[in-house]
Amino acid sequence: MNPSLFSPEGLAEVIFLILIGTTILGASIATLSKRLIRSVIGLAICFLGVGGLYYFLNSPFVAMMQLLIYVGAVCITMTFAIMLAEPDDEKASRKYKSVSTWAAAPLGGLIAYGLSRLAIQGQWLAPAEKINSGSVKDLGMSLLNEYSMVFELISIVLLVSIIGSLALARVGRRKQ
Amino acid sequence: MDELIRLLSYFVGIAAFLGFNLAYLGWVERKGAGHIQRRNGPKEVGPYGLIQPLADGLKLMSKQLIVPAAADKPLYMAAPILAMVPAVLLFVAIPFGEGIVPRQFDFGLLMIFAFAAFAGLAVLMAGWGSGNKYSLIAGTRVVSQNIAFEIPMLITAITVVMITGTMDLSEIVRHQAGGFWHWNIFPRFDSSLLMPVSFLIFYICSMAETNRAPFDLGEAESELVAGYLTEYGGMGFGIFMMAEYANIVIGCSLTTILFLGGWQCPFGILPGPHWFFIKMYFLIWCFVWMRWTFPRVTLWGLLNLSWKYLIPFSLVNLLLTALFIKVF
Repeated sequence: MNPSLFSPEGLAEVIFLILIGTTILGASIATLSKRLIRSVIGLAICFLGVGGLYYFLNSPFVAMMQLLIYVGAVCITMTFAIMLAEPDDEKASRKYKSVSTWAAAPLGGLIAYGLSRLAIQGQWLAPAEKINSGSVKDLGMSLLNEYSMVFELISIVLLVSIIGSLALARVGRRKQ
Repeated sequence: MDELIRLLSYFVGIAAFLGFNLAYLGWVERKGAGHIQRRNGPKEVGPYGLIQPLADGLKLMSKQLIVPAAADKPLYMAAPILAMVPAVLLFVAIPFGEGIVPRQFDFGLLMIFAFAAFAGLAVLMAGWGSGNKYSLIAGTRVVSQNIAFEIPMLITAITVVMITGTMDLSEIVRHQAGGFWHWNIFPRFDSSLLMPVSFLIFYICSMAETNRAPFDLGEAESELVAGYLTEYGGMGFGIFMMAEYANIVIGCSLTTILFLGGWQCPFGILPGPHWFFIKMYFLIWCFVWMRWTFPRVTLWGLLNLSWKYLIPFSLVNLLLTALFIKVF
């Protein structure tokens, strides 16, 4: 079956392709660009595409969080760090053609193979109950009941990173 | 087909509303600045200088676009677009009246914060892409400022979400129906007494997030020429200015919705979009008023304000709000 371009299904497919294209384009800019700052911008484009995919899959909450956290916080912090550390980075001047290239290529291929095999052959379960009603209550309930383990683990990771950054900042201050 | 017509009319309506605001907020600002400084402001073009925005637009559009030799061209060209697009996009989620919202989002509040995050990235790209030291310094400044003020802003927004129990902007407004004493800006004896504190923190943060004076360190013209705008001429500059005004409209709309009861009437009679616009334009006028009244803060003063005062206060405010909700 080949839905026409202007039917809802056809439009949905076009939108899906645009989102995939955005994600791949962003990822390619991020990996292939010679300037570090352009890589970060590429990463932001990639996150935008991924956020769009979440929205396409009917999870607006995850989509918005993706944009808020990854574009709004992660990318901006990375850009900020690059600006402070290396004003004009010459990524191209570094030689990456070492053992790591030869190790990375088969490893990357293996991961890609595994993921696509999983996607094609895996048993897809029916989606669990969606938290799309916009009610904060539902969100809190599922965060603190079903996903409480994940929630706690993430908070530990965040706590460790905060303490780590504080310790690093402290060391830098003592030297002066 | 109805849906298509609805979408088209909203599209045209928002474009017209935005165009009108972007043109005439500039006029309001110049007039306001003039009168605050005992000048006339624009008065030559048309009665009261009312055609001045058109003349400005024509001037900006007829200028040549020059890309500096040292600039990173793709970033330099993309930055104004990235500044403008999210600002326009956000009007999709703003409810102007009961049922007058282009797209009903369950997570409207979250969406506005998510897309507002692109503004910082745009300024960074402009600052970096210009290939100019002043622009670069301005870019880092604006980003440190945006990061610092986004935290208390989000935390205070959470207090509103806690007392209304939803992130749906229309639902938040409906929650404040009936008389001005139901608005979130006033202490609410059924949920939280600390709402005025939330409002104050939120309003200060929205002013800082839109890079308005007294927090306009990104284009501090006395130290940084024009900050991240230094290398932009013609319509590049024009688009950045328009994005700033669009962000102001968004920020004031959001404050109106969260704290001033959106389209609700203060006395509970005849609610409607007109009340939304009255409140929104009042807040915008306050932005203009404060810009020309207060001197610019220093960078350290600004960052200290956020990290040492607003963030601790907003955290305590959040905890106490949770306590109030539990007690009442």
